[in-house]
Amino acid sequence: MNAGASKSRAETGLWLAQRLAAGVLAVAVVVHLGVIITAIQGGLSAAEIIGRLRGNTAWFAFYLVFAAAAAIHAPIGLRTILGEMTPLPPRLIGLLMAGFGLLLALMGWQAIYGLYAFRPLE
Amino acid sequence: MTAMLEVSVWRGREEGAFVSYAVPARRSQTVLDVITHIQRRLDASLSYRFACRVGMCGSCAMTVNGKPQWTCRAPVSEVAPSGKLTIQPLRNLKVIKDLSVDMTTFFDKWARAGGAFKPALGRPTAGVGGDFAAVKPASRARRAADAAIECIGCGVCYAACDVAAWNRDYLGPAALNRAWSLVNDVRDGARRERLAAIAGDAGCYACHSQQGCTEHCPKHLNPTASIAGLKRASAWAWLTGKP
Repeated sequence: MNAGASKSRAETGLWLAQRLAAGVLAVAVVVHLGVIITAIQGGLSAAEIIGRLRGNTAWFAFYLVFAAAAAIHAPIGLRTILGEMTPLPPRLIGLLMAGFGLLLALMGWQAIYGLYAFRPLE
Repeated sequence: MTAMLEVSVWRGREEGAFVSYAVPARRSQTVLDVITHIQRRLDASLSYRFACRVGMCGSCAMTVNGKPQWTCRAPVSEVAPSGKLTIQPLRNLKVIKDLSVDMTTFFDKWARAGGAFKPALGRPTAGVGGDFAAVKPASRARRAADAAIECIGCGVCYAACDVAAWNRDYLGPAALNRAWSLVNDVRDGARRERLAAIAGDAGCYACHSQQGCTEHCPKHLNPTASIAGLKRASAWAWLTGKP
């Protein structure tokens, strides 16, 4: 396979990944906003949030997928914007965005795990 | 006394300035008539390009009052009811002189997008010996090819495209539209190479679907839909491993 064809395969793969992640985000964002809107009726407290998420495997799994989708979707879009709007070389943009995606995923997952496995200070 | 049009025309190359001309207003006058009047009666040094004058050849496209369009079928009464015209060369292409742009990049990109028909060997193909290909007019592929086929190569879509302005390598709406009509041509045998050619970082995935091309196409084609078709076709080929 020549360089052009493998580049095309990579671009196609990224495009598909971003579209699939967008599909997941479309559902996840609606659920997330729905929960926010219902949850804040009658005030919002840290205890209430922890009460809902702590030890709840379903919410834990939901937010793991949500954070992963965001971490896939955002860097691919940002890569295009940086490619069009800055003179940075494509390879550097690719590396920066891979790092950014990883950072997003790690930060998201860490926050979710923190709530899922929350232990109050004694 | 004859009513006069106020016409401001770009003179020069990338560097240059607008020069104003007063041109008599006529009934059923096109923008091309206005430019021809300037060149024949007021300033013979004005450079511009035209051939057929009836919307077939695609050589007279320019930017008129900020919008890329063909000039031969652009009535002044519709384009500039106020009688004020600003005429510039097409955007995104190198200016040779005044209103003439260098179309080399534009057509090179057609070639790079696999714009040439390559007959499939062993398949009945019109003009390559053997039987003529029987293509059902109502078939889905034929209708998709039909929708994209009337392009006259005027470059209006390319000038209207912001992605072409941002990414110098972007193949552009016309070249991708051409590729889409060939992807749907059942007689063609270069589908794999063509899909590889149009799916790079300067190909169909660079399109933001802003639809400037579709908005301005004088033939009312929809290159945005063609590009979306290419995205689907190449993504499908990626998923299934089949071209």
